[in-house]
Formats: sequence, structure tokens, C-alpha cells
Amino acid sequence: MSSATTAGLGGRDLTRARVSRILREPLLGPLAALVVAIIVFSIVSQTFLNPYNLSLILQQSVVVGILAVGQTLIILTSGIDLSIGSVAVLGTIVMAQAAGAGGPILALGATFAVCVVLGAVNGGLVTVLRLPPFIVTLGTFTAIQAATRLLAGSQTYQVPDGVLTLLGTSFRIGTFATTYGVVAMLLVYLVVWYALSQTAWGKHVYAVGGNITASKLSGIKSNRTLFSVYLATGVIAAVAAWAALGRIPNADPNAYQTANLDTITAVVIGGTSLFGGRGSVIGTLIGTLIVGVLRNGLTQAGVDSLYQNIATGILVIVAVAVDQFARRRSA
Amino acid sequence: MFTRTKKRSLTVGAVLLASAVAFTLAGCSGGSSSGSSTGGSADGVKIGLITKTDSNPYFVKLREAAQAQATKDGATLIALAGAFDGDNEGQVAAIENLVSQGVKGILITPNSSSGILTAIKSARDNGVVVIALDTATDPEDAVDATYATDNKAAGVTQGKWVKATLGSTAPALVMLDGTPGGTVDTFRHDGFLEGFGIAEGSSEIVGQENTNGDQTKAQTAMENLLQRAPGVNALYTINEPAAAGAYEAIKAAGKTAQVTIGSIDGSCTGVANVKSGIIGATVMQFPAKMAEQGVDAVVKYASDGTKPSGFNDTGSQLITDKPVSGLDSKDTTWGADNCWG
Repeated sequence: MSSATTAGLGGRDLTRARVSRILREPLLGPLAALVVAIIVFSIVSQTFLNPYNLSLILQQSVVVGILAVGQTLIILTSGIDLSIGSVAVLGTIVMAQAAGAGGPILALGATFAVCVVLGAVNGGLVTVLRLPPFIVTLGTFTAIQAATRLLAGSQTYQVPDGVLTLLGTSFRIGTFATTYGVVAMLLVYLVVWYALSQTAWGKHVYAVGGNITASKLSGIKSNRTLFSVYLATGVIAAVAAWAALGRIPNADPNAYQTANLDTITAVVIGGTSLFGGRGSVIGTLIGTLIVGVLRNGLTQAGVDSLYQNIATGILVIVAVAVDQFARRRSA
Repeated sequence: MFTRTKKRSLTVGAVLLASAVAFTLAGCSGGSSSGSSTGGSADGVKIGLITKTDSNPYFVKLREAAQAQATKDGATLIALAGAFDGDNEGQVAAIENLVSQGVKGILITPNSSSGILTAIKSARDNGVVVIALDTATDPEDAVDATYATDNKAAGVTQGKWVKATLGSTAPALVMLDGTPGGTVDTFRHDGFLEGFGIAEGSSEIVGQENTNGDQTKAQTAMENLLQRAPGVNALYTINEPAAAGAYEAIKAAGKTAQVTIGSIDGSCTGVANVKSGIIGATVMQFPAKMAEQGVDAVVKYASDGTKPSGFNDTGSQLITDKPVSGLDSKDTTWGADNCWG
């Protein structure tokens, strides 16, 4: 798209085109918001801008941050996943129980298996029965939540230290202490960013989300692509479950009740369009960090959590408004 | 054209974010944390308080009492909360953020008695004294000290009163529990059965349901249970909202004379319900005492390094206008003077 407009232009025009291309970059809005937030909090709070606190923000973002990658994939296909958090919570219970029965490797295997199967159920209902993702995942969310409590017998399970809590182990880069969970989150982003931007599969995901009929006409196996997105989301939910046990070594069926919605918040603030076909996981990473910085910074500044929710709510609406505005102008 | 649009939307985004933050910061200074930054004897010691949620009136009372005590002691209170019952992640983040802010002590009502122990340990390793309020941790010595109601004992009192009121009638008991697996819920439940004089799973228990301590859920549960167990004559409720919900169902079924309701908590609404006969008796807790003693303990630690320790029972009191012999109780007038919320 941009190469066509820059072709055959002189030096100055080329620079201008380059600048315009940067400004057209949809990540710029969220990135600017993140920078503004960091600057504001550095001024307002003395404790915000120290390495320990910055590391905390990353650690606090890990679970929702990973889940939000899966949510981004689904939203790019113009769907929505209301069940993703509950899949991960079920994953933690399965992991804790299987660890007691057969050790950590079996536990990890069981968790990934269960989460992928649940992804396949969502994907199957969306592609085969052609049901709207909102309805499908609303149903599976309710059912999975209940199944989790049944399976857990409404108890919490302690997880033995070791492989299953690995992602909570901290290590140092110079004076900056962080956890393997943060590394895992960044890896998930890197892998999915690569798959989306550098592979044919990624182009298909965008095409299916942008216009499913057009994508079919151009020879994309749209159902297969859609289904693969739900499977990938299952895998990502399993990674999030693992990370969750690293952070809190207890599997609790009542945990992460707001995770489903928190992921949507991160995706939307990160500039991915709820109408599908436009956005990126890098935006989602920035969106996750914006929410993390807001929560942490406002807490450091002594702001009540209810006001924090108001700020986050305003931000979601602003983000969608900006998206709509851009969409209307570019149409 | 396109460029300008994008530039504008970018500016709009940044400006609105800045105003959202500014609005929130402004809202704060006018509202909640109007803490005492003026130094007193404690020289602006920072104390963190983390409740289960910030909407429940019980925790609101706890927070107000802690705030009042902190002001009196010249300390600064930073109050945080989980987003919902069971929000371990939120409480862990709150602990981390408080440590990052350099608090001297943290008072916490843990959502899960074992889920947040790693974060508590790391806070204590950083030299922060951690005190559990209202709900003990498991194991109890994961924190420095606990200031709480002995919920088992409170449940025993509740059970004894219902049993004594029932007299020689053969009991048909319905139990409206709170959240499955909750420590407090289990203590109260077990205590009630002990005071009532029957064992878990015995045939006198004709119905049992989880209500999450929610009035609406309790009403629905009781409506359904009354279909299954129309002969119910004794009712255990995890808290007063559950009792109020159950009463609506019992009234609709025309069985108010048949069922004796025992509850627990001691909120002002609950005491008023005892006075008007909706609840037979309630067992009052004293959240203000927990908060005051917790704040004092942190201030003391800050001034001379003395750490609090052990389980400190803040007591409970049976409130009823239908006293039974052998059980110490106060009437609803006393209750109205000492209630919370």
C-alpha cells in the first residue's frame, strides 16, 4: 500500500512519505499514551520510576498479557473470546491436580491438552455450526467456570515448587530483577508477531477478519484458518495457566474472574479493531502495559481503585473512538 | 489529508489519556485518601490496608476505622482492595505495590488463606510487618499476627442459640453457606454444627446451599430448598444478607412462625432485622477493633521495633431480644449502639 504511493517520488517527497507512513502507523497512538502515562507518573510519584517498581509492572502484566495475545488473534478474525480466562483457570486446576497424580511433565501435558481441546470446541462451534463467537464463548465460559468448580471441589490446590512454578522464578539482568514469566510473555508476543506478520497464515488471519467472503473468493480456506486461530488461543491459554501458577502457586477456581474482560481491554487500547482485520499483537503488548502502568502508577499516587477503573474505562472508549475516527476517515 | 488525520487522532489520544489520568488524580485528592500526611508521633509512617473487596460495608467499616486510627496516630493509611471475592492476583499486586511504596506494615484480609503466601513472605523479607485482619492465613504463622473474630466460637454461639430456641422439637436444619472453601465460611459452618450438637452429614440437615453471602442468591436458594424440605424449622445463615434473603422466601411460603433463623456478622441492618423479628439472633463481630489494633501494632513496630504475634481474638457477641438461659446475650438496643456499617 505504502510502496505504491512512494514510487517515483523525489527526495523530499520521499521523506515526507516516510514521515506520513510512520504517522499512519496505528501503534503510535497507544505508544504515545504509554509514554505520556510514564512521564506523568514519574513526576507525580517518587516511587514509580525505580527498577523494582518497573519490574513489578511487568510481572503484574504477565497473565493477562499472555491471554491478551490469544484474544488479539480472535478479535483479528472479527470474533471475540469471552471464555479465554476461564480456560486458563481450568488449566491451573488441571495442572495442580495432575501434578499430584503424575509429576510436572504430565501436568503440563494435561493442561495443554485440555486447553487445546477447549479451543477446538470453541473453534468447531464457530466454524462448523457457524455460530457467532460471542454466543459460543459466552456459553463455554459459563460451562467451563462451573466445570472448574466441580473439578476443584471448590477447593484451592497448592502447587509444589519446581517446574510448575518456574515462570515465577526471578533472575537479574544487572540491577533489574525480573521473572521467567516476563520472558515467557515476551516470547509469546514475539512468536505470534512473527506468525502474523511474516507468514502466509498471518495474512490469511487478517484476510478472514477483514472480509470473510472476499477471503474465500481469493482461495483462502477460511474455516481452516479460523479453526487454527482458536486452537492457537487454547495453547496460549495453557501458557497463561502455567504463568499464573508461577505468580501464585495456588490453583483457585475463583481466581481471574475479570481476566476475560481485561484481555479485551488490553487489545482495544492497543489499537486492534473490534471489527476485525486491523491491529497487531505489539499494540496489545503496549495496551497491556498501559493498563499495568495506570494501575500501578495510580496506586503509587494513592488513588482509590474505583477511580482507577474509571480511568481505564475512559481509556477504552477513547481507544475505540480513535479507531472509529480513523476508519471513517480512511474509508 | 491522511497524515493530518492521523496526527490529530494521535494528539487526541495522548491528550485524552493525560486528562483521564489528571481527572483521576484530582478525584483522589478530593475523595478517598484524604489521609493524614501531617506528621505526628509516628512521623508519617505508611501503613497499607488490603481488603477483600472495596464495596462490602464490612470492609468499608474496617477501612474507616483504620483510617481514623491512623489519623490519630499520625500515620498515613493507603487502602487497597481486590476486585472481587477470590481476586488473589489483585491482592498480590496490592502487596507488591505497597512494598514498592515503602510501607512499614500491611494489614490484609486475605481472599484466599493460602493463595498469597509467597507475596506475604516476600513483603516480610523486605522488613514489612504483615498482619492478617478478619481472616487467618493457612498456616497461621505465615503472617506476623492475626486480629480476627474467632469464627468457630461465633458459630458455636449461633448454633447453641438456635438449638436452645428450638427446645425439644426434632430439628430439621437448612444451611445457607457462603463461598465454598472459604476459611471463615468453614469455621462458622463447623462451629454452628458443634453448637447445634449434630455432626456434618447427619440426617437432621435437610438442605444445604452456597449463597456467596448474597441476598438474592440466598432467596432463590431458600425458595428451592423449601420445595424440597417444607418441614424446615431451623436455619443457619452465613451472614445477615443471606438471612434477609431467606426470610423473603420463608415469608412468601407463609412459614415465618415455623423457622428459627440464626445469623452472624453484626451489621446495623442485621441488628435492625433482629429487632423487627426477621432474624432470631445474630452474632456480632467487631471489625473496628481489628483495624484499630492492627494500625496500633504497626505504629508500635515503627517506633520501637516490637513485632506483634499470634492470634488475637477481637471477640463476638450474641445479639437477640429472645435470650435463652445459659447463653450470654445483649439486646438490639445495645446492638444498634455497637453495630458496624
